[in-house]
Amino acid sequence: MADQLSRLFAALADPTRRDIVARLAVGDATVGQLAAPYEVSMQAVSKHLKVLEDAGLVSRSRDAQRRPVHLEPEVLEQMTSWIERYRRAAEERFQRLDAVLAEMNAAEKNTDTEKEQRP
Amino acid sequence: MSTVTEARIEADPTVPIIRITRDFAGTPEQLLRAHTDPEIFARWVGPDSISTRIDHWDARSGGSWRYVATHGDDEHGFRGCFHDVRPDRIVQTFTWEGMPDAVALETLIFEDLGDGHTRLHASSLCDNFEARDGWLQSGMEVGVNEGYAKLDGLLRDGAV
Repeated sequence: MADQLSRLFAALADPTRRDIVARLAVGDATVGQLAAPYEVSMQAVSKHLKVLEDAGLVSRSRDAQRRPVHLEPEVLEQMTSWIERYRRAAEERFQRLDAVLAEMNAAEKNTDTEKEQRP
Repeated sequence: MSTVTEARIEADPTVPIIRITRDFAGTPEQLLRAHTDPEIFARWVGPDSISTRIDHWDARSGGSWRYVATHGDDEHGFRGCFHDVRPDRIVQTFTWEGMPDAVALETLIFEDLGDGHTRLHASSLCDNFEARDGWLQSGMEVGVNEGYAKLDGLLRDGAV
C-alpha cells in the first residue's frame, strides 16, 4: 500500500499530470484532446498518461478506437483519506494539547488571583 | 485573519514535506513550554491507549531527546536532536528507531496572534517520498475517538 501511495504522489508531482487529472475530472478525453492545450507532442502526453495509468489514477478502454482516457476518482479519494486520517491523528494530538493549555491558563489565573489577594 | 480551529494539513506533491497549521488558546510561551517540559509533553503527545515514557530530555539548542511509546506489548522508541530552541520556534530531528534511516527535520513555529492565542506552523521534511508517505499512512493506526474522549474527560473534570 505504501508503494501505491508513493506512486500516486510521484504521479501527481508533475504539474502537467496534475492538470491532466483536473481536466479528466470534468469528463473522459482522448490523447489528442488532452495534448491540444500543451506545447508538447502527443507522445509526451502519452508518457504522462502511462505514469498516471501505472499509479491507477486513469484507465483506457482497450477496444474502442479513440481509446478515451478515464479518471478513476476512487483512487484519488483513497489518497485523500490517507491524508485525512493523518490529519485527524494530528488534530486529536492538538486537542490533548488544548486541554493541557487550558489547565496552564487556569493555573496561571489562580496564581494571579493569589498574588492579588495577598496584602 | 480567520481562525484555524481544526488542524489544516498539506502534503506537498513536489517536496516530501507535511505541513500542519493549527490555532491554540495559549500564548507562544505556553506552547513552547508544552513542547519542551517533558512531563507536560508526555501528557498530550500520545493517545490514551499509548503511554509515553520520557527516557532522555534536554530541551536546549544542541540538546537531544528520546521517548518510548508503549501500547500493550508493543514498544516503540523515538529520538532526535533539538537543533534550535527559541521562544518562537523549535527545530528538531525526529526518527522512529524502527526505521532509523528515515530522519525527518521538523520545524515548529509559534506565531503570536495576540490576545493569548497562537498559531502553530509545523512542518516535517522527510528525505524521500517513501518515508513521508509512510508517515502519512502511520496516522491510520491511531484510534480515532480517543482524543475526543480524553478532551471530554478533562471538560467533565472541570480542568478545561
